[in-house]
Amino acid sequence: MDYASSDVLDAGRRDIDLPLPHGARGVKVVIVGGFGVGKTTMVGAVSEIPPLTTEETMTQAGVGIDHNPGVRGKKSTTVAMDFGRISINEELILYLFGTPGQERFWFLWNGIFEGALGAVVLVDTRRIEVSFEVITRLEDRRVPFVVAVNTFPEAPQYPVADLRTALALSETVPIVTCDARDRASCRDALLSLMGYLCTLAAAQETA
Amino acid sequence: MTSENQGPWNEGTPVPLYVITGGPDLSAGTFNLVTLIATRSEPDPAMQPEQAAILTLCSYPLSVAEVSAHLSLPFSVVTALLSQLVEEERVEAIAPVPVAAYPERGLLEAVIHGLRKL
Repeated sequence: MDYASSDVLDAGRRDIDLPLPHGARGVKVVIVGGFGVGKTTMVGAVSEIPPLTTEETMTQAGVGIDHNPGVRGKKSTTVAMDFGRISINEELILYLFGTPGQERFWFLWNGIFEGALGAVVLVDTRRIEVSFEVITRLEDRRVPFVVAVNTFPEAPQYPVADLRTALALSETVPIVTCDARDRASCRDALLSLMGYLCTLAAAQETA
Repeated sequence: MTSENQGPWNEGTPVPLYVITGGPDLSAGTFNLVTLIATRSEPDPAMQPEQAAILTLCSYPLSVAEVSAHLSLPFSVVTALLSQLVEEERVEAIAPVPVAAYPERGLLEAVIHGLRKL
């Protein structure tokens, strides 16, 4: 495999037409939700580069987590995760990772939520039960999150109060609606997460 | 690996990934998805192609996730390759902004400011 002469590097380079962030550091936000809820669409809407995909195999990290009784000779499972980036300023690059809701995937990539600012739970009102499980897992892990309801045209519309009850969310957790295809809408969802984190930080300071 | 040796750990790829990484990786825990990697030396013709590719790629600092994506290699393989490069001081690994239970206000305000410009 000769990477140096392959198109891989050129493809990588073309994505990047920004000042060199020498001395910059990374920070991440995780977008979590069920299959087909629009995680990659949301990442792509706000990212300055087309979404990229990182993979990990379950052979190593899935041992003891993925229980496959009776499955002999099962090949390793590849799990993919799409992500994008936003250069916040010369010192800060925000990465957005769209991750599946199943907890067993969270152990891959050295713990996706470790060091994350927080999470956006993307909800499809047609499959709300998936989000319920995701929210429970985030609460258990004490990951701060906001809920963003992706407004699919054919999906039923519910009042926020009803969604809050259905998802058993506390009054303090923001619920916003968003269109995962729309940059401004996704940016606002991220801003609501940042606003919420500010509130939590302020509460912490006065506590 | 021969075709008769189709054990449960067969990766299904011509080259097992441990050949690329050169053995077990003992310091994978030091890399986060958003650890930035910056090249500190020119690729050397004697280097493994994957490692040379990392040096070329990271002349512009990139996250471990981006390196994994551009080289189409699993995250754990990339961190193993990077461990060696860091040890040889060919690349610098820049740790992510530390985030405690609740992120600092200054950091959040910077992110808010940056997002508003989108």
